[in-house]
Amino acid sequence: MENKSIISISRLIKRFPMGKDEFTALRDISLTFTEGEFAGLIGPSGSGKTTLLNIIGSLDVPTEGEALVLGRSIGKLTTREAARLRKENIGFIFQSYNLLAVHTVYENVEFPLLLLNIPSAGRHKMVMDALEWVGLTDKVRSKPPQLSGGQCQRVAIARAMVKKPSLVLADEPTANLDADNSHHILQTMETLNRELKTTFIFATHDDKVISYLHRKIFLLDGRVDKDEIIRSNKR
Amino acid sequence: MIKFLIKGLWRDKSRSRLPIIVVTIGVTLTVLMHAYITGFMGDTIEMNARFTNGHIKVMSAAYAENMDQMPVDLALMNVEELITSLRDGYPETEWAARIKFGGLIDAPDSRGETRSQGPAIGFGIDLLSSQSRETQRLNLEKALRQGKMPSGPGEILLSDAFATKLKVAPGDTVTLIGSSMNGSMTMYNFIVAGTISFGVEIMDRGTIIADISDVRMALDMPDAAGEILGFMNTGFYDNTKALEIAGDFNRKYLTDTDEYDPVMKSLSQQGNMGQYVAMSEIWSMYVSLIFIFAMSLVLWNAGLLGGLRRYGEVGIRLAMGEEKGHVYRSMIWESVIIGLVGSVLGTALGIFFAWLIQTYGINISGMMRGASVMLPDTIRARISPPDFYIGFIPGLISTVLGTMLSGIGIYKRQTARLFKELEA
Repeated sequence: MENKSIISISRLIKRFPMGKDEFTALRDISLTFTEGEFAGLIGPSGSGKTTLLNIIGSLDVPTEGEALVLGRSIGKLTTREAARLRKENIGFIFQSYNLLAVHTVYENVEFPLLLLNIPSAGRHKMVMDALEWVGLTDKVRSKPPQLSGGQCQRVAIARAMVKKPSLVLADEPTANLDADNSHHILQTMETLNRELKTTFIFATHDDKVISYLHRKIFLLDGRVDKDEIIRSNKR
Repeated sequence: MIKFLIKGLWRDKSRSRLPIIVVTIGVTLTVLMHAYITGFMGDTIEMNARFTNGHIKVMSAAYAENMDQMPVDLALMNVEELITSLRDGYPETEWAARIKFGGLIDAPDSRGETRSQGPAIGFGIDLLSSQSRETQRLNLEKALRQGKMPSGPGEILLSDAFATKLKVAPGDTVTLIGSSMNGSMTMYNFIVAGTISFGVEIMDRGTIIADISDVRMALDMPDAAGEILGFMNTGFYDNTKALEIAGDFNRKYLTDTDEYDPVMKSLSQQGNMGQYVAMSEIWSMYVSLIFIFAMSLVLWNAGLLGGLRRYGEVGIRLAMGEEKGHVYRSMIWESVIIGLVGSVLGTALGIFFAWLIQTYGINISGMMRGASVMLPDTIRARISPPDFYIGFIPGLISTVLGTMLSGIGIYKRQTARLFKELEA
């Protein structure tokens, strides 16, 4: 059975003002992502991968063209609607983890569920499930400063995954990790992708990440240079 | 969600305890300074009221014109009747007749000849009747240095420094040489019952205090008095009330035709006291404004630094889909909690320190030597109703305002830059 499309980008252009001139970060991008993909936007700095990730994550809007994410046109969303799309459907994983330092692992993972007003009992189960996926059930009471970099990134994955989003966007998630931790993290994400059918889109130039990707979209100077499907996500 | 935010607030010391300490210190200083200024200004006003001005004063119109000269010839007549009508008309005020006069005090030697002399300012007050509160009002028993309080006719109190200068002691006889109400020369003997020191330089130079009946006898002023002083039962000067009473009295009694008509003046309408009352109100306001301004600057910076320090946290919350308005409101609520806790603690501490200064005072007599104005030698704070809420103005409003202004950055922040910012 063909997987359904969850992201459809058509003739997308993104320009930024730069003094009196404009800088074109994305040029005529057309892409489609289907449910359950494990894809990466690959390219050197300035190639436009983070800009594209921003637009897919409803953090930015296209200058021209259209980006449909989960059926909603990003360019037409109000600030509130964009926040709601992120809150309900999109998980983010950052290079620097960005955990809330004064809160425990449990509370960090619980935070997205609080934004969704999920009742306490259901919330507890969802948090514990998420921590189990990343193997941190023994660290519920720990705080981020007490954890290693790898553990912090696993908490960040649990936080991104706890609400079971349709889409997870990860910007250089292994940039601050050593090789062992990077592989551990990537294996965890690959497992979650497989088991929960969550779409993962990475922005990266890290070979370790690239080696795990099922689809590699190479960007160069704001254009799609190459789009390789290594492994189909048909299940 | 609220529990989550409170946990974060409580655990992050630089977000909760440090700002609370800053607000507490600021509010404590504001309350203390307000009570101190109120006390200092109030003490000076009350001291002037008790000794010379009353909260309100009734005189003849002509006497009022020449009040500085203590003109006994322009005194009020039929004083008992006037006091009765004042008591009936203004029961919220206590009335006391006084005669203020000038003269020469002569101390004779054993042969009855002048041994020493000195100019004196005299106060004829009700010293002897049982219902009189003049002794307490002028704090005479506490001011007594030698001898005893006058207990019968003909006995007087001399200021201690004056008695030393004249070389007289309790039990000695002195003679007042002055001018009677009719303008004739008068001489009247008194026995010095005791000596007093007020701790107020201007009062301790040459003061004589006698019972008003004796002064009436000495100056030939039957049922007359230079002034009738009114003191509000609350114990504190209320300018609005005093002006209201004075206006009402003058409408009833004052005409343009008779210069001996009684006229009532509030403390603020006498001499320079009006300026002083206005100054005390303005000073209190300035002190409060300065502290509000200073606190606003401090808390503005604290809020700004706190906001910058939480840049990452706010960024991640926005990225995760929390609405800007929700983040902003939660920060405002945090500042309300911090402002409230700091204001309550600061007010409690400020009132405690003000109470200490109100109870024990700060002695400044060393600085008052040679003073020509009547100032208290011990400065005391006075806790007044505004002290219970004035600290909340800088403590709560400035804190919240500072956070509101620093939090505007949340609305200006571009979500498109979050990934880059959060990588930093």
